[in-house]
Amino acid sequence: MIDPRISVIQDRIKNIEKIVAVSSGKGGVGKSLIASTLSLILARKGYGVGLFDLDFTSPSTHLILGVKELEPVEDKGIIPPTVHGLKYMTITYYSTEEAMPLRGNDFSNALIELLSITRWGHLDFLIVDMPPGIGDATLDIIRFMNGVEFLIVTTSSILAFETVRKLVRMLKDLGVSIAGVVENMKTGTSIIKQEVSKMGVRFLGEIPYDPKIEEKIGNAYELLETNFANSIEKILVSSRLAESIQG
Amino acid sequence: MHEWALAESVIKTILGVAEKEGIDRIVEVKIKIGEMQQLEHEVFKTALTQLKPVELEDTEFKIEVDKTRLKCKVCSHEWFFKKEIFGEEVLEAIHFLPEVSHAYFKCPACGSPDFEIVSGRGIWIVSIRGLRKND
Repeated sequence: MIDPRISVIQDRIKNIEKIVAVSSGKGGVGKSLIASTLSLILARKGYGVGLFDLDFTSPSTHLILGVKELEPVEDKGIIPPTVHGLKYMTITYYSTEEAMPLRGNDFSNALIELLSITRWGHLDFLIVDMPPGIGDATLDIIRFMNGVEFLIVTTSSILAFETVRKLVRMLKDLGVSIAGVVENMKTGTSIIKQEVSKMGVRFLGEIPYDPKIEEKIGNAYELLETNFANSIEKILVSSRLAESIQG
Repeated sequence: MHEWALAESVIKTILGVAEKEGIDRIVEVKIKIGEMQQLEHEVFKTALTQLKPVELEDTEFKIEVDKTRLKCKVCSHEWFFKKEIFGEEVLEAIHFLPEVSHAYFKCPACGSPDFEIVSGRGIWIVSIRGLRKND
């Protein structure tokens, strides 16, 4: 038997100029906040931006963006609703705030279904908020989203960074593009910058720990006014992600 | 109506197989649709009819429903999907994405949400019957 859904995935994403997977080895390093803020910054600059929350079992971008009571429009597939200038897709449209445990095969099936029925249209950027690690989501994104580029997040902790090493090694082995590594929640001195350079990957910059960022969760406009957002704007420049894209 | 998106995937897949196998005329395509998808069959058939190119003008589409069977990973209990016990919103969510059943279903025997969808999800092309150029 053939699963026909896979045949249309490339068609669904063919009008997206750049797909960026915001990824990490470990959880809790700030991927969702970085993915959401990066998306908002790009949209404010006038780019066509989509944000896809791929953390199906622990989604949080809807909380960061303050999204309530939204749902996609059904039109020969589903059209993601626009939130703060972003075309936004999250599994919470369907799972609400219920706990949704998924094993690997179910994760892949849910991803294939969403990729085959979601009509993004033309986008300059699709930012994908990844779950942590090198499991199903990472393998599936590499499998289905040709040309995806990984923006990797770590903290200053050696524990977080050692898992980044594994992620980088795997991406390099598979010939997948890496935009670079971001050091989030930086306090004091650390060895991350040197270690990233040793791996032959670009260090995109650091984001100082901001104890007030928690207060901005749920308010996209205030989030854009923070030092955190300023740091991400600098990282966007050093990443060169937007260099070839005419917004 | 995401029936259209799925119908589009069926047409694309059939044409791809026909090209790969050198099939000139496709006579019949058997499609299995998971019960959990709750697709509107008439809408799906209309979409197939309207989307099919001339190469598939005479193709007959046969659709069968794959009944949903669920199996608990913890206690091995097996049960069937009973649509009647869920509200409209939950059914609609499952229609779009059957895996979200893991947010709403529990094993009726032990209460675990850790179950396997053994059958009844997705859409499958079971067989494609046609004639090769030299047949």
